[in-house]
Amino acid sequence: MATLTEAPPPLVPTAPETGPPRRRGRWTPYWLLLPGMLWLLVFFALPMIYQASTSVQTGSLEEGYKVTWHFATYWDALSDYWPQFLRSVLYAAAATILCLVLGYPLAYLIAFRAGRWRNLIMVLVIAPFFTSFLIRTLAWKTILSDGGPVVGALNTLHVLDVTSWLGWTAGDRVLATPLAVVCGLTYNFLPFMILPLYTSLERIDGRLHEAAGDLYARPVTTFRKVTFPLSMPGVVSGTLLTFIPASGDYVNAELLGSTDTRMIGNVIQTQFLRVLDYPTAAALSFILMAAILFMVTFYIRRSGTEDLV
Amino acid sequence: MPLVNWFKRKFVVIAGLLTLAYLLLPNIVVTVFSFNEPKGRFNYEWQQFSADAWKDPCGVSGLCGSLSLSLQIAFWATLGATALGTMIAFALVRYRFRARGAVSSLIFLPMAMPEVVMAASLLTLFLNMGAQLGFWTILIAHIMFCLSFVVTAVKARVMSMDPRLEQAAQDLYAGPLQTFWRVTLPIAAPGIAAGALLAFALSFDDFIITNFNAGSTVTFPMFVWGSAQRGTPVQINVIGTAMFLVAVLIVLTSMVVNNRRNKQKA
Repeated sequence: MATLTEAPPPLVPTAPETGPPRRRGRWTPYWLLLPGMLWLLVFFALPMIYQASTSVQTGSLEEGYKVTWHFATYWDALSDYWPQFLRSVLYAAAATILCLVLGYPLAYLIAFRAGRWRNLIMVLVIAPFFTSFLIRTLAWKTILSDGGPVVGALNTLHVLDVTSWLGWTAGDRVLATPLAVVCGLTYNFLPFMILPLYTSLERIDGRLHEAAGDLYARPVTTFRKVTFPLSMPGVVSGTLLTFIPASGDYVNAELLGSTDTRMIGNVIQTQFLRVLDYPTAAALSFILMAAILFMVTFYIRRSGTEDLV
Repeated sequence: MPLVNWFKRKFVVIAGLLTLAYLLLPNIVVTVFSFNEPKGRFNYEWQQFSADAWKDPCGVSGLCGSLSLSLQIAFWATLGATALGTMIAFALVRYRFRARGAVSSLIFLPMAMPEVVMAASLLTLFLNMGAQLGFWTILIAHIMFCLSFVVTAVKARVMSMDPRLEQAAQDLYAGPLQTFWRVTLPIAAPGIAAGALLAFALSFDDFIITNFNAGSTVTFPMFVWGSAQRGTPVQINVIGTAMFLVAVLIVLTSMVVNNRRNKQKA
């Protein structure tokens, strides 16, 4: 996370945090923290507890819900909706990998090769943010429409035959298939991959590339042994910033998918806002949260960058 | 094999530009289709050129109302999140206090949580409290999820500040308040501005959390979502295109101004 917004290091070394002892203002930090922390406690942490409690309640909308420690809700939710869970993980993982593969060249281009175009390209990467992402996602309906130029080209090249055989598309259609949903997810979260990648690539000293070249490393070797390892912090925070929101997303699956591409976000949304089955919705949301936290912790440990905050 | 060699040398540039095209393609489609005159209720297929929607952007009932509501919410959410977030960022960088670890994780967690989880759990709280869903619940939710992003942005800037500047101010007999207003705040301003901009963009474009906690209130993203089911008016594309152009214009102007200022300094 930090890599996204971190400022360059100061020109002058800063004094250590233990400066002169502050006699006055022993309570100042607490006053500064109080309002914001209260806000997060009441509207972020407390709801989690309410949600956990709701997930073990039974009852009905008319008669009200009571905590009965009915853990079977979790079991039922998992056995009913494991395909949607699995699909969410698969789609989010596919979108994350695609974002990395597509985003890396662009981040590299901005960091090392863009020259005086750098700022302009940067603006073009960020500016779509300011058009509502729902409008932009709807545009994919036009782009991937049946009989449109994209589908036509893929058909002529027999790409759709292969993807249909893999189960990613259905016949002559791209819309309402897994491919469309993954394409939308990739598109929506691509900037979240590019920006952290760019920040960490930009910090790499260009002379390291020259040194690698002087030592007879071919460009591919230079990339594999020098550039990529040094950009790891960006890769880690980029993949997290892509995977986490993608796994809980229901907008792309709803707008570009079909009933066969429903993700866990869609289930939670329907259970909560249409079916009004609060315990099941809360249990599903709790499982999603636990799974994400588990994966994120494991991933951060493995990649050895724990100072993300 | 000059062509192969050229391709090898330019591989990164070509791949990068292709990704950029992928990123911009929907915006181009949105712009082009803002000049469409669709036959049915949905604006997904090109029929014929028409500038009607541009002449009457508010011609669809509820559209401009939702837009102004979104702008209001984004404004207040930005204000609230920036104030609270800046205070937290200063406390984190400048002071030592107990439970720092707990504070840091409480700030990190909202950013590491799928939106739908926060949305659903917040709705559980509101339902349990019997709160009336609407403007205030949306605002509360938006301040909540924007807060962490503001903290990260401001913290980065404050961390890179040289504390000796403030010490110098105090050596020159500036009081604590004077030091804060005349030295600390101006230096931290770019970080605060970046945080505020991020908060505004996040709040204005938020759909998932709003979808859960809005009740029957319709923000602009909610309007677009509803129209995706009922029929998409061309005016949506007009608004989308206008927002894109305004954003690009603002950024480019600020870049030009910055460049000029840097040149003057040099």
